[in-house]
Amino acid sequence: MHNLEPSLHHDTPPTEQAYPKKQRNWVPAVLIGVAIAYLSLILFIPAINVFVQAFSKGFGTFLQQMTKPNFLHAAQLTLMLALITVPLNTIFGLCAAWAIARKKFPGRALILSIIDLPFSVSPVVAGLMIVLLYGRNGWFGPFLEAHGIRIVFAFPAMVLATAFIAMPFVAREVIPVLEEAGFDQEECARTLGANEWQIFWRVTLPNIRWGLLYGVILTNARVMGEFGAVAVVSGNITGKTQPLPLFVEEAYKQYETSAAYSAAVLLTMLAVVTLIAKEILERRTSNRSGVH
Amino acid sequence: MLFVPTVAMLLKASTEGPINFWRIATSEVALSTYDVTFVTALLAGLINGVFGTLIAWVLVRYNFPFKKIIDAVIDFPFALPTAVAGLTLATVYSNNGWIGSLLVPFGIKVSFTRLGVWVAMVFISLPFVVRTVQPVLTEMERDIEEAAWCLGASQWQTFWRVILPPLMPAILTGVALGFARAVGEYGSTVIVASNIPFKDLIAPVLVFQRLEQYDYSGATVIGTVLLAISLLILLAINLLQAWGRRYA
Repeated sequence: MHNLEPSLHHDTPPTEQAYPKKQRNWVPAVLIGVAIAYLSLILFIPAINVFVQAFSKGFGTFLQQMTKPNFLHAAQLTLMLALITVPLNTIFGLCAAWAIARKKFPGRALILSIIDLPFSVSPVVAGLMIVLLYGRNGWFGPFLEAHGIRIVFAFPAMVLATAFIAMPFVAREVIPVLEEAGFDQEECARTLGANEWQIFWRVTLPNIRWGLLYGVILTNARVMGEFGAVAVVSGNITGKTQPLPLFVEEAYKQYETSAAYSAAVLLTMLAVVTLIAKEILERRTSNRSGVH
Repeated sequence: MLFVPTVAMLLKASTEGPINFWRIATSEVALSTYDVTFVTALLAGLINGVFGTLIAWVLVRYNFPFKKIIDAVIDFPFALPTAVAGLTLATVYSNNGWIGSLLVPFGIKVSFTRLGVWVAMVFISLPFVVRTVQPVLTEMERDIEEAAWCLGASQWQTFWRVILPPLMPAILTGVALGFARAVGEYGSTVIVASNIPFKDLIAPVLVFQRLEQYDYSGATVIGTVLLAISLLILLAINLLQAWGRRYA
């Protein structure tokens, strides 16, 4: 319902008709100009630069960079990370959202604000926590070493670090949708004899699907792009524990600019796809609430 | 996943003992990184407070070509991996880059200086203010502005006295969110900066360097300082949002 009012205002632009004298015409033009200039310096030019740099030596060089073994390994590792971490975080996020939105328990408000912690804590500090916990001198270090399990400077720690960093996305997107949907439909299903599992699949999930999908997309973008936390825990060994973002930095430091930009283009495309998906989902959810 | 790592770090830090903790936390290198990190992040947050509000205003109130696309692209820094942001900013603002080369005649160097750290922080904290101010501005009743105009207020007075006060909580929340993000930022700043101590070394990079030297206590102490400040900012953001709800 909230969406209705501003959109009505948009249909009848009051600026020209209602106050012909007060509104100075150059003000909007100047403000728009300043906004676009600022965005160009900070955002547009750097974004365009990625593509120009990557394709400046022709498409052939770009393709050639993409077939190098270190690059392929980095891309593979990034995909693996996403394939494991995203489902993990989705399940956790759903559970957390359900618990917070549906159950009243002591410390609920505290949990609600603590769940944002991975957003505000530095990724490097997040990585440090993982090292302190699972590293050789860490809490679980001796136990892990005794059993020959290697976590830090290996793939498992990278999963843990990215899972930590991207933890809040799903829960944050799902909680408001769950709260808005309310209990009624689920209660109704229960009185009609549905079991918990049926209620989740047939009632709850369809209600929250767009919010959930949005959360999953954001999680995926963060997981594939995470740098700081992964840099701390992975050891950054080229061809072994080096996902794409770390490959970009390493290549740049080694003055292999075209390799760096080829990988950067892939990651930028990921960001572009994420933004497009987000736009589509937002349109969908706003249409739905408009119908109500 | 969340509590155990946090507690593990705090306990590890507490084994240090208060005197040792204080000595590491306030060593000269550490102090200089706090200066670079927090002052630069604050400056980045503040400029985004001004320009982010302006962008939100322009996007809500005016119509112009490509508005929808520009609106969507605002979230780009959220979606773009930070390493890519650092890479492209370092290139664009380097001495022979598109923007950097224009600044060379004025003797301004951006990449590999503190200014570069600032640009990277501005980039990554850009969406926060825009995205917190935009909904408030959309919801805001135009009647009060019309009333101010009718009562003879100038455009300037209307802005300062009528429009800005209810926006303030949203702007400050956005600045705080951006500040928190900029303080913790690692990927883009580490590439844009030269990471020289006392010049443009930021605290998260110092944590990383300490860890690389197997100086776990050094890394933990500075990491704990960063964590404590993150928690403080989180608290401040919650208070700001509670304040903002009074206007809703």
